[in-house]
This record gives sequence, structure tokens and C-alpha cells, in this order.
Amino acid sequence: MHSKDIKKLSLILLFSPFALWILLLIILPHIGMVVLSLKEKVAPRVYQYSFANYLDFLHEPIYWNTLLRTGSMSLLVTALALLIGFPIAYYIAKIAGPRARGGLFLLCLIPLWVSDLIRSYGWILLLRETGVISNFLLWTGMTGEPIEFLYNDAAVIIGLVYTVILFMIVPLVSTLDGMDNSMIEAGYNLGGNGFTVLRRIIIPYAMPGIVAGCIVTFMLSAGSYLTPILLGGKNSSWFTEQIYNQFITRFNWEGGAAFGMLLLLFTSLVIWLGLKLSGQTLANTVAKS
Amino acid sequence: MLANNKTSPFLVGYRLYVAAFFIFLAAPLISAGAFAFNDSLFPALPWQGFTLDWFFSDTEPKLGMFHDRRLLQGLYYSFVIAIFVAMLSVFVGTTNAFLFVRGEFPAKNFFYILMVLPLVIPGVILGISILVLASDTANYLEDTLDLELEFLRPGIVLVVLGQFSFIATITSLVITARLKKFDATMEEAAFNLGASRARVLRTITLPFLRPAMIAAGIVGFLVSFENFNTTLFLVGSEAPLTITMYDRMAKIGSTPVLNAVSFFLMVGSGLLALLTVVVQRDKSAQ
Repeated sequence: MHSKDIKKLSLILLFSPFALWILLLIILPHIGMVVLSLKEKVAPRVYQYSFANYLDFLHEPIYWNTLLRTGSMSLLVTALALLIGFPIAYYIAKIAGPRARGGLFLLCLIPLWVSDLIRSYGWILLLRETGVISNFLLWTGMTGEPIEFLYNDAAVIIGLVYTVILFMIVPLVSTLDGMDNSMIEAGYNLGGNGFTVLRRIIIPYAMPGIVAGCIVTFMLSAGSYLTPILLGGKNSSWFTEQIYNQFITRFNWEGGAAFGMLLLLFTSLVIWLGLKLSGQTLANTVAKS
Repeated sequence: MLANNKTSPFLVGYRLYVAAFFIFLAAPLISAGAFAFNDSLFPALPWQGFTLDWFFSDTEPKLGMFHDRRLLQGLYYSFVIAIFVAMLSVFVGTTNAFLFVRGEFPAKNFFYILMVLPLVIPGVILGISILVLASDTANYLEDTLDLELEFLRPGIVLVVLGQFSFIATITSLVITARLKKFDATMEEAAFNLGASRARVLRTITLPFLRPAMIAAGIVGFLVSFENFNTTLFLVGSEAPLTITMYDRMAKIGSTPVLNAVSFFLMVGSGLLALLTVVVQRDKSAQ
């Protein structure tokens, strides 16, 4: 009985930090945000509950266009990150020698240790009209006058792929690492060519890693603020920018909260769809990496 | 294998692709760092010669970062915030690890998913939701009890809480992974030799977890230091470095002093990252 009490007590002691954290910093704030988003200001300091903030969103094409644009560009970023990152992860996990492997993996992680701001700043210095690439092209004579590579969608996509690709590569490397090489050899021995082996053996095996990478990548891209603004300039039209404008510039917290909920619902929906389509769960993908 | 022959054109092409990828990874970091040493008022080519003015000069127009009061202040606030976030996150990460590895309680899987959830919530949302709740609470207390709680208004405390809200997930995952590898027979042996629970925890289990706790602390410190999205909404008058730098960029435009700060931060985080590798390597030696 005595040791049972101790067990119970220690369980409660261990559970309380967890409960405080999740309750006070995650659950209650989100409930507060939902409540706030359902309030409509009818007179100074007088509010009533309504869906007015959500209707505003539907009635103003610029708002939902921005959300759709953010979503579709983030999907593109996710797809590009997977296409570019998969061969790199495969190389690190399966082709590089055991000594090169650790080094390459660490090299992959280096940009992770530098803030978004510095990464975007680096791209600005490379891409702008007076930047390194434009100057290089002038110097080689490939162009007669400086070229502005900044402030367009391509720059935003390059910057975002750069920012998120590590979160694609890391889970991919750890799943591919756990794969037995004999599975690949067996595929070849049974007469499969490189493409069949990739499609029938490697990709199904790596699926949890692929899904984990895609979820984190998509979420980071749709939720990013700095990269689209700094690389896309004034017309970047990213949804997080709308949230910031509502909150800080227009001081319309009710509208901002509604926009925040919409972004959250939208990203959750996409992630849920991704999990359903790939037959994975949150616990065996993101939690594992 | 997808390329057994060491000289096949496919493998050569593959290697070139990998090399190109690493150039892509390094390019913006090099350009951000290198222009800190260019003796020019603008972070752009042509190269005007080497200088350390952007670090140490104490006169305008080339005020170096170590004489720029606002940047130094930002650095200080970032440091204070990151220390608190790292300590809190390691503490909660450790209790979470014990909770989920050792504890038996109903709906454990559900709670585990709740623990991972903050990682998939956009940082902007975490920031505004915590801002909303804190302001609501502060307004309510002010209206009903005439109580003014300063820490619920945007400022350092809220920034720490906001960053902690998702960094705790990262540290929990790191420490949980380590605790799962723990061999329970080691504890049993100590119990059999007559050690108390507290003593076993202090002399056996916690030392085993220490590399993971240190690594998690460093990761938490770095993630806090570089965070922007969550911080943006919770920041008061004590702006951490990323916010100060962003302000500078928006108001003055790019200036090489920002490159100097970038270089400084890259070296700093590089050293810390190296430290995590060294700490983690101890693990395999044990």
C-alpha cells in the first residue's frame, strides 16, 4: 500500500508540469482565441457574439485569396522540398560512407542554427539588384545591366524551400537509416530496375519519414512570416501578414483572432488530409523524428 | 544498390547534385557573414578591402556592433530570455520524459499527441493566442479586482512563456528518446544494494540522462534565440535581438553592421551546436 501511494504521488507530481503547460499555454489560449474571434464590436466596449469576423473574411476576396495563395504556394514549397531533399537524404543514409555520413548530416543542420532573419538577409544580399548574383552576371558579361531577382514569387519560394528543407531531410535520413540494405538488394535480385525498387520498396518504407517531413514543412511554410515579407516585398500577400496587420496595425483583435483560427483550421485540414491519404498517424510520424 | 559502380556516370551526376545542394545551403550564410568584413557602407560588391570596423569601430557612420547600444541591449535580452526558456523547457521535458516512459495512466496516447501538438501549430498562432489570453486575464483582473498585473502585458515574461510553449515539446522528445534507452536493471541493482529512490535517481538515472538534458538545453537556447514569429506578438519594450535586427532592416535597410551581428551569431551558434555533438558523443562511448 505504501509503495502504491508513492507511485500515485509521483505520477501526480510528474503530471502537473505537463498539465499546467498544455492547459495554460496551449488549450486555454486557443479557447480564448475562438471566443474572441466570435465577438463583434457593436459600439465602443460593447460586444456581441456573431460570426461577423468570419463573414468579413468570406466577403472580402483579398482575404481568402491570400489564404488560398499561402496554401498553394506552401504545397508547392513542400513538394519541391521533398523532390530536392529526398535524393540528398538517400545519399546521406545509403550511399555516403560511414565517416562522410555524420559530416554531411551535420552540414545539413548548419542552417538550422541560424535564425530565419539571417537566412533571409543572406538571400537578399545575393538576389537584389546590387546583389552578388546580379554583379556576377554583369562581370561575366552575360547581362548588360543589373537584374533584380528579389520581390517576386520565385524569390519567396527559393527562400522558403531553403528555410524548410532541413525539416524534410532530417526525418527522411532517420527513416532511411533504419532500412535494411538487403531489402533493396532483394528488389534488384527479383528483377526490379532502379525505378521499380524506388517506387515499390524504398518509398513505401520511407513513408512515415516522408509524411513527417511534409507536415512540418507545410506547417512551417504556411506559418512563416519573415521570409515572404523580406523576399517578396510589399506584395508578398502572405496570410500571416494579414494576421499581423489586423492585430498590430489596425488593432482589430477580433478580426485577427478569426484569421488566426482560419489559418489553424486550414493547416490542420491539409495535414489531416495528408495523414488520411497516406494512411499514417501523427504519433508515428512527427513524434518519431 | 542504386549505384554500385563507383565510376558510373549516374553516380558522378548524383555526387555533383549533392555538391550543388550544399553550395545552395551555404551561399546565403556566406554572403551574410562575409560582408561583415567589407570596408564599405553597403553590404554589396565590389570588395573594398578587409576591415573589422563593423565590429569594433566606435564612430558613425561605421558604428560597430559592440558599440551599438540597441543591438547590445537586444543581445542581452535575447540571452536572458533564452536562458529562462532553456531551463524551463529542460525541466518540463525531463518530467514529461518520466511521465510518458515510466508512468501508467489512462489515455496516455491522447496525452502524448497533446504533447507533440505545439510543434505543428504555426508560431504566429501560438503568439497571438497567448497574447489574447494574457490580455483578457489582465483586463478582467483590472476591471473586477482593480489588480494590475504587469507581467501579463507584452514583455519578457510573455515572450519566455510563448517560446517555452513549443520548445518544451522539442526538449521532451529529445529527453524521452534517451530515457527509453535506459536499462532498468541498473536501477534494480541499485535498489537491491539498498539505495533509496532519491539516491537512485540522483546517482544513476539523472547522470544517464545528463547528455540528453544538456543537448536539449542547448537546442532550446538556440531555438529561443532565433525565434521571431512567436516573439513578434508578445514583445514589449525589451526587444530581443531578432526583433531589433528586423526593425533596423525595415527602417534603415541593410547595413554591414547587420552582417557583423549575423557573423557573430553564426559563430556563437556553431560553437554551441558543436558542443551538443560533443556531449552526445559521450553517450556512445559510455
